[in-house]
Amino acid sequence: MIRDITLGQYYQTESVIHRLDPRTKLLGTLVYLISLFIFTKPWVFVTAAVFLLLVLVLSRVPLKFMLKGLRPIIFILLFTIIVNMFWIKGTVLVSWWKLSITVEGLKQAGSMGTRLILLILGSNLMTLTTTPTRLTNAMESLMRPLKLIKVPVHEIAMMMSIALRFIPILLEETDRIMKAQLARGADFESGNVFKKAKSLVPVLVPLFISAFRRANDLAMAMEARCYHGGKGRTQYKPLKYKARDFVAYFILVLYVAAVIVIGKFIT
Amino acid sequence: MKLIADHLVYEYNKGTAQARRALDDVSFVLDSGEFVGLIGHTGSGKSTLVQHLNALLKPDSGSIYYEGADIYEKDYDRKALRGKVGLVFQYPEYQLFEETVLAEVSYGPKNMGHDKKEAELAAYAAIKRVGLEDECFDQSPFDLSGGQKRRVAIASVLAMKPEILVLDEPTAGLDPAGRTELLDMIAELKEKEGMTIVLVSHSMDDVAEVADRIIVMDKGKIVFDDIPTEVFKHVSELETMGLAAPEMSYVLRDLKAAGIPVNEGAITLKETKEEILRVLS
Repeated sequence: MIRDITLGQYYQTESVIHRLDPRTKLLGTLVYLISLFIFTKPWVFVTAAVFLLLVLVLSRVPLKFMLKGLRPIIFILLFTIIVNMFWIKGTVLVSWWKLSITVEGLKQAGSMGTRLILLILGSNLMTLTTTPTRLTNAMESLMRPLKLIKVPVHEIAMMMSIALRFIPILLEETDRIMKAQLARGADFESGNVFKKAKSLVPVLVPLFISAFRRANDLAMAMEARCYHGGKGRTQYKPLKYKARDFVAYFILVLYVAAVIVIGKFIT
Repeated sequence: MKLIADHLVYEYNKGTAQARRALDDVSFVLDSGEFVGLIGHTGSGKSTLVQHLNALLKPDSGSIYYEGADIYEKDYDRKALRGKVGLVFQYPEYQLFEETVLAEVSYGPKNMGHDKKEAELAAYAAIKRVGLEDECFDQSPFDLSGGQKRRVAIASVLAMKPEILVLDEPTAGLDPAGRTELLDMIAELKEKEGMTIVLVSHSMDDVAEVADRIIVMDKGKIVFDDIPTEVFKHVSELETMGLAAPEMSYVLRDLKAAGIPVNEGAITLKETKEEILRVLS
């Protein structure tokens, strides 16, 4: 159950998307996310979905695996759709008591839902095809100009990469501790909300202790290897754009152009 | 007959590129009162297997029968099963969470539906059983030493009064003295209380002295399932699996190779000593 969260989890396989420079993927994802919010037209969403599907096929990540990433947001998704459905005023379609569904509401709910799904899937695809290390390398590289105004770019990137690196470890740890407590007769499923919350104490306490222990060990190991922050630090594998990245940027520009054309001129 | 594992198959990361068969057609019967050593190299599937014994994992195919009932049956009371088949995880001290040792150990029996008094009585007995002093009862488990913490964790499973006790690498990370004490204690549970024991380890020396049956796993399959002396005759096969026979069997093998007429087959230090003395006298 705990393994369903795919955020920050890398899907290991060999594909052109995996090999792309992480900066390309990061900027590409950013552009993609923005493209979802410029227009609210069905054809734009179709274009975006097709584009995503294309990248997915190229990435060789199984569709099933990526869809799993939607599971944690099902509640938010339903909430958004329902609120939008009843909230928006307009031409009434169905109504009973004080609630009414309008045509505009349905449209809004549909577009918000689609937007949310594509948003999550799009960013999921990035984390599935990029290792956390490469992702933070990309962030560090893209944020480098901020160093001029004294933003500790390297330190921020390091913290993020550690945080990302620890997500799967902590998930595994949670799984292990839950199993250990289940073996002692714990019951995480029955009872009301309060009982359920209380039943998690035997999981959370060991989890926190273990997180602190790991943080401590890691700090010690980093100091033992003379880590002293970003000053004068070079990289083992500096990021370099390759021909395929320019192709990817070109495709991205085409996609944006397509979205604008479709959004502006097709009704 | 107590527990029957019937053609278990279990796969990790099913449906992804990293799919890996952790259990591949595993079957065995665990009899009442046995002391079984489950041996295998890291990644051989032994930890996966023991998590099936109390239904923490569900096999992709095959099933487990405990006292004649299928434990994966929809209405089967798996919580009660976990009290009967006690599983002590690897590094169990990392599961501790309570404020006092007594509260920690009574967590299990309370979950089994005992009231506070019964639970504390069971906890008291279990804490004594693992050889902790009375002073420990009201201490925080986090203030104890590593070896003591592990004892508390083992006690927390013992307090549920299991019929089968499964221990996953219980001696990992302990010093030699702690290791011997712990193994002696486990052997005593079998001798004095007739508990059925499954001891998981990657070290032959751990189980050689105490187990009366050894199951060797490799790549998710059971390779050997026999009495220790028989299993240790396959030294070269064991070595290709990244395992080793107990050190003593090497001593006898080398002596024999050097032309001294000893009989191989002794496993423990004591048996080896007697065998050498017999030849010398």
